[in-house]
Amino acid sequence: MVTTSNAIYINGLGNVSPRKTSDSSHFLEDPVIASTNRLACIEPNYRDFISPDILRRMGRLIKMGVASSRICLEDAGCMMPDAIITGTGLGCLEDTEKFLATLVRNKEELLTPTSFIQSTHNTVSAQIALLLKCHNYNFTYVHRGWSFESALVDAMVRIKNGRASTVLAGGMDELTNGSFAVTSRLGHWRRKPADTSLLFSSPAKGSIAGEGSAFFLLTSAPSSKTYAALSGLQTFSRKAMNKPLPAILEEFLGQSGLLSSDIDLAVCGMNGDKTSDSIYKELTASLGTAGIAAWKHLSGEYMTSSAFGLWMASMIMKWGYVPEQAVIRNTGERPIKTVLIYNHYLDRNHSFILIRKP
Amino acid sequence: MINPIVITGYGIVSSIGMNAGEVLDSLISGHSGIGGITRFETIHKGKLPLAEVKLSNNELVDFCGLRSGGNYTRTTLLGIVAALQAADMAGVNSGQNLRTGLILATTVGGMDRSEDFYPLFLENPSKGRLRDVVNHDCGDSTEKIAEILGINDFMTTISTACSSSANSLMLGAELIRAGMLDRVIAGGTDAVTRFTLNGFNTLMILDKEGCRPFDENRAGLTIGEGAAFLVLESEANALKHGKTIYSILSGYGNANDAYHQTASSPEGTGATLAMKKALEMGDLLPESISYINVHGTGTQNNDLSEGIALEKIFGEKVPRFSSTKSFTGHTLGAAGAIEAVISLLSVQNNMVFPNLRWSTPMKELRIRPVTELKREAGVKHVLSNSFGFGGNNSSLVLSKYIS
Repeated sequence: MVTTSNAIYINGLGNVSPRKTSDSSHFLEDPVIASTNRLACIEPNYRDFISPDILRRMGRLIKMGVASSRICLEDAGCMMPDAIITGTGLGCLEDTEKFLATLVRNKEELLTPTSFIQSTHNTVSAQIALLLKCHNYNFTYVHRGWSFESALVDAMVRIKNGRASTVLAGGMDELTNGSFAVTSRLGHWRRKPADTSLLFSSPAKGSIAGEGSAFFLLTSAPSSKTYAALSGLQTFSRKAMNKPLPAILEEFLGQSGLLSSDIDLAVCGMNGDKTSDSIYKELTASLGTAGIAAWKHLSGEYMTSSAFGLWMASMIMKWGYVPEQAVIRNTGERPIKTVLIYNHYLDRNHSFILIRKP
Repeated sequence: MINPIVITGYGIVSSIGMNAGEVLDSLISGHSGIGGITRFETIHKGKLPLAEVKLSNNELVDFCGLRSGGNYTRTTLLGIVAALQAADMAGVNSGQNLRTGLILATTVGGMDRSEDFYPLFLENPSKGRLRDVVNHDCGDSTEKIAEILGINDFMTTISTACSSSANSLMLGAELIRAGMLDRVIAGGTDAVTRFTLNGFNTLMILDKEGCRPFDENRAGLTIGEGAAFLVLESEANALKHGKTIYSILSGYGNANDAYHQTASSPEGTGATLAMKKALEMGDLLPESISYINVHGTGTQNNDLSEGIALEKIFGEKVPRFSSTKSFTGHTLGAAGAIEAVISLLSVQNNMVFPNLRWSTPMKELRIRPVTELKREAGVKHVLSNSFGFGGNNSSLVLSKYIS
């Protein structure tokens, strides 16, 4: 299923990530973290966004989500969106693990409700609504590597169907010691710390783990703040489509009347795992002279990392250049007007997101 | 109404039946599925009731005709039962070239298996069987069911607590309205787990005697398990392919109470907004509603807040209402879809189902639920409410289809 639109704009951004992204006055200028196999968020001063008595009880993902949503709303100058839609692969994992661990250790006795309450997947979107006193539409998607994309699809459909003209949409996941231990055993990560700046030039088995929360204010009308137009989105299974990736891309772009030669820059979800990265190469090989950029050496890999990818692509559109630390192949003199964000999670959940200069 | 969304198939599994026929029989005979805990070990056995599906996981595998060893969580197995029924009824696999989506809602996902994984893992992070934890996330059920049904055009998973599967129906209808899909299988599934049982127990909202919705002496909810799916398509599409239309999804609305993470506002703000949105979309006046399948969990807080919202919208003329959670228990992420199917059965069979275990009116409210089965009840439009943690309030209207 392809979602297209001629009139959806990204008018605000907020991003809490392992980089200094919560301050939008600069764009990926802080030095790349040298050597690790897991990245943790640089968290903002939450007291700037949340009162101390509420802050005390809040789980970490909720804090990250609320802060990044506030940054986004303030950036867009819209404090009462018509809809709040989040995507999260695993939700408030820290609270889920805490409740489960206490349940096991205490043999179901002497349990307290706080971590159970916060473990609910829609806690971030609910807390955003509660703090804004926003009574509007409020949805949460929880589908692995398509969680954030599902939130975007819903946002686009609400605007298309005339149900909303401003939608706050975001993707967020947190990394915990427990989830890192499990996914390490599943072989997702480099066994030894890797030089993140060389992640793609030294492919090996496994990636680096990450986390983050990024929000977007999508609107039906452009403004002086507009970063880009969100013009297309597709989630797909490569296995089910049973076609080469370049052919899937041609069909996707065709729905917007474009060809792959129209792509000026491909922002790709390469993560340093040699099997995974060979899939991205299959697509980029068909893109001629288009520039290529990557983000997972900056954010790490997680189920909603494409939200970081869309944040970076939107910033590139506004700032007019690809930050040096994100460049895989230079765009040269080519102006950046049409950007494709391509991501896949474990070769299971693939997605294309298309943004264009408004 | 422009572009009506109709229902051409449905499936349901719950403590009161393994299919729609059995569920209807239980609703007619007043047979509740609430009983003792039998399926898993817990310190609450013999003390707290549940509304369990009695089949074990292995029995569910056989029931669905699956090969054993497929590494399915209970949430997935329950979902497969209901989704297959819905897809068969609507002829989803009968070869038309239609763009079909699957939207599944769940709150616990594979938690039942994570509970098996965790004790060993806690002692030593290199221990615990990985096959028990790889299905933990909510998207797992959706991908497994999509594979069984052969659905590739679109799939996603929703988790908004106890309104989750009402919301999956809403998204399905919106995707069809936007012209992006021709047909959507939408619903939800949740298994009972120790995680949810203990979680709700810490909130002290589990009624030891089994839930008594809208009764003055109600003392909480009873957790249940189950799944339900409905097949949605546009009326034009259903007619073109000669499908039987069982009901119209004539309105829906979601609103946020924005009052408290778990409690409902005393004025029922979110509930009122959700019901109003659903009525407005269906172009319906309050008096055209024939029956309300209320959220009615049986907690002090919900039933009071929901009751106030009902009196606010319907004034002196609150339609007949009942909480069928007195039959099925509160099936959490599956509740919205389970109650949508029950509402459809009400429309189809022209019946209003009773609210069991009710004896004393709530002193704050004028209204009282229907406590006996009503036949030939003149059912045209049924309003179904589903409210969840995080103030997530959803209402659906299912209506009689007149060609």
